[in-house]
Amino acid sequence: MAKLTFVGGIHPFDGKDMSKDKPIKEVLPKGDLVYPLSQHIGAPATPIVAKGDHVLTGQKIAEASGFVSAPIYATVSGTVKAIEPRRVVTGDNVMSIVVENDGRYSEVAYSPVDSYEELTKEQIIGRVKEAGVVGMGGAGFPTFIKLSPKEPEKIEYVIVNCAECEPYLTSDYRRMLEEPEKLVQGLKIILHLFGNARGILAVEDNKPDCIELLKKLTKDEGRISVKALKTKYPQGAERQIIFASTGRSINSSMLPADAGCVVDNVDTVVAVYHAVMLGKPLMNRIVTVTGDAIADPRNFIVRIGTNYHELVEEAGGFKEKPVKIISGGPMMGFGIFDLDVPTTKTASALLCLTQDDVSRMEPSACINCGKCVEACPSRIVPRRLADYAESYREEAFLAENGMECCECGCCSYVCPAKRPLTQTIKSMRKMQLAKRKKK
Amino acid sequence: MSDLMKVSSNPHVRSKVTTSSIMLAVIVALLPAAGFGIYNFGVDALILIVVTVATTVFTEYAYEKLMGKKVTIGDYSSVVTGLLLALNLPSSAPWWIGVLGGMFAILAVKMLFGGLGQNFMNPALAARCFLLISFTSIMTNFECDTYTGATPLAALKSGESLDILSMVIGKTSGTIGETSMIAIVLGACFLVLLGVIDLRIPGSYIVSFVIFICLFGGHGVNTAYISAHLAGGGLMLGAFFMATDYVTRPITKAGQYVFGILLGILTGIFRIFGPSAEGVSYAIIIGNLLVPLIEKSTPPKAFGTKGGKRA
Repeated sequence: MAKLTFVGGIHPFDGKDMSKDKPIKEVLPKGDLVYPLSQHIGAPATPIVAKGDHVLTGQKIAEASGFVSAPIYATVSGTVKAIEPRRVVTGDNVMSIVVENDGRYSEVAYSPVDSYEELTKEQIIGRVKEAGVVGMGGAGFPTFIKLSPKEPEKIEYVIVNCAECEPYLTSDYRRMLEEPEKLVQGLKIILHLFGNARGILAVEDNKPDCIELLKKLTKDEGRISVKALKTKYPQGAERQIIFASTGRSINSSMLPADAGCVVDNVDTVVAVYHAVMLGKPLMNRIVTVTGDAIADPRNFIVRIGTNYHELVEEAGGFKEKPVKIISGGPMMGFGIFDLDVPTTKTASALLCLTQDDVSRMEPSACINCGKCVEACPSRIVPRRLADYAESYREEAFLAENGMECCECGCCSYVCPAKRPLTQTIKSMRKMQLAKRKKK
Repeated sequence: MSDLMKVSSNPHVRSKVTTSSIMLAVIVALLPAAGFGIYNFGVDALILIVVTVATTVFTEYAYEKLMGKKVTIGDYSSVVTGLLLALNLPSSAPWWIGVLGGMFAILAVKMLFGGLGQNFMNPALAARCFLLISFTSIMTNFECDTYTGATPLAALKSGESLDILSMVIGKTSGTIGETSMIAIVLGACFLVLLGVIDLRIPGSYIVSFVIFICLFGGHGVNTAYISAHLAGGGLMLGAFFMATDYVTRPITKAGQYVFGILLGILTGIFRIFGPSAEGVSYAIIIGNLLVPLIEKSTPPKAFGTKGGKRA
């Protein structure tokens, strides 16, 4: 059988060996915890605590505001020190709740259930919503919305995105190896919501141990199958993983539900398990701290709100001076100019590199080689779109499907002239999206 | 402030392939053909190659210096142009043909249109055609110490029988780099393996050309006739090294097939119905001119835009 995959894509240096063999380690925060009110797509949460309040671990400190939004929980016990703008990974200052950790970790009482079958579907979705679960692969879309499509009976596939195609990242890999039961349980809960759906655990074939383990665990689950996908970036992009595992294709203006699919990332499904079975809100996530500047690269289970400085310290500090620090993976992560930012719900990795490819390589003239066209998973012509974007030729940009770009970065990666194609197209897309919103 | 990190928009990593590494690969891939040409035609060929390459590189350097632009000879693209042009010259050509051709290629075809990436036709081929029109007797004089007769294609056109084996090896007369099919294909394999070129254009070019000569060549499906056409003249060099020139071929996959087929048909027309036995150079530069039209009529289908649920 041909390998499950998509057209286009690239094979960057994967760097996963640095961190993949070490077990996940827990990090207890020492300094203040910072909770940006906007760590998801949608309206920022509204604080429900005030300066000076004492909060417990697992206590809700900000309420979802509006439909597309998510609540935020304290991940330590302590005192609310301030509610003020703080810098986040994108470089923006975002209104945040700052909690001084009292080091006692006194926890609120949760309401676990013995079996999800004793809950109604509404209760399950309610628990996911209340727990503040959002897509933890990077987008931060509130998960409860994905779990409540207009026509749940039309959902035929629930795909767990276990591809982890971003170079250097091993957090999903470690999670699958160390807590596969939770992952499978989480998937079963989601499948419970969609009576006509089959579950797919879609794993890239560079993780044969995970594939074997998950296959063993699900051999008696008639509705769940494990699918090995070809290792190629961006195999884990939503549209690509749907195509690879089901053969269905959607464009940028469609939702996975339009193709009868629900796609969730590994950590998100585990968070669903915690929310539904244990009644626990989303309080921590796994972060890969890695890169050639890090002394002891590995994965940590981190309380959301923990400062990045502490993560670097836990990983043995810097063995060499980093030049570039990225929150997330090298293909889609954010370059940050210093470490003084908090871990959020969507922070999958902290990558510290001693070399910066971008500033090292000067852009030169395009030679029309077509490598960007070959690599583009959206099957558009990045070279031309970047030209249109540079000269602000809006109509041509839209006519040649510029909005179909998924900003995966493949074109910039392969470009031999080192032209910032993705970046140029991305800024044009942003302008167009902003324009659409205004209308 | 010195502790601040570098920031940029994603992606933050780049592949190791650069413009100059691609050009170097092309130069290496042309070495077998150039080497065989020198072996076949002697030191005259070597001198012509060196003079032509030196001219193209120097012309680019001088132009950029004079115009106060950034000097870009480090990308080796002018070396590729010079080498390709030299391989398309007869070894008997005087040195100034190389100089004139090299200057025309770089100045008139490349730099005046904006430099690397902006030329609308292949500089080496445009220069060759310029020389061919201006100095026809020099450019079609294939007599040298080793060979006195006509080129295989000219002989084929006048109905003589040919030794296919020596054509495949390259022991025939012709331009410096076009005679040895083996050397050219060897270099092309190297480029294909490195991923610098793919077989879309050469494949559709050669296949459509073969079909064309079977239909209109007057010999039907005659293996000897087909082999003579494939191994003779500039077809191999043109199909693998000049039709695949990035700048002057369509960027889309569908467009590349159309381009290849068009070249096959044009080459067939020129070779069979034209006055000259050759046709590859003209076919490719005419094809180059049609690239904008081809690209316009073959827009790629973006992923998922068929709207259907199932692919």
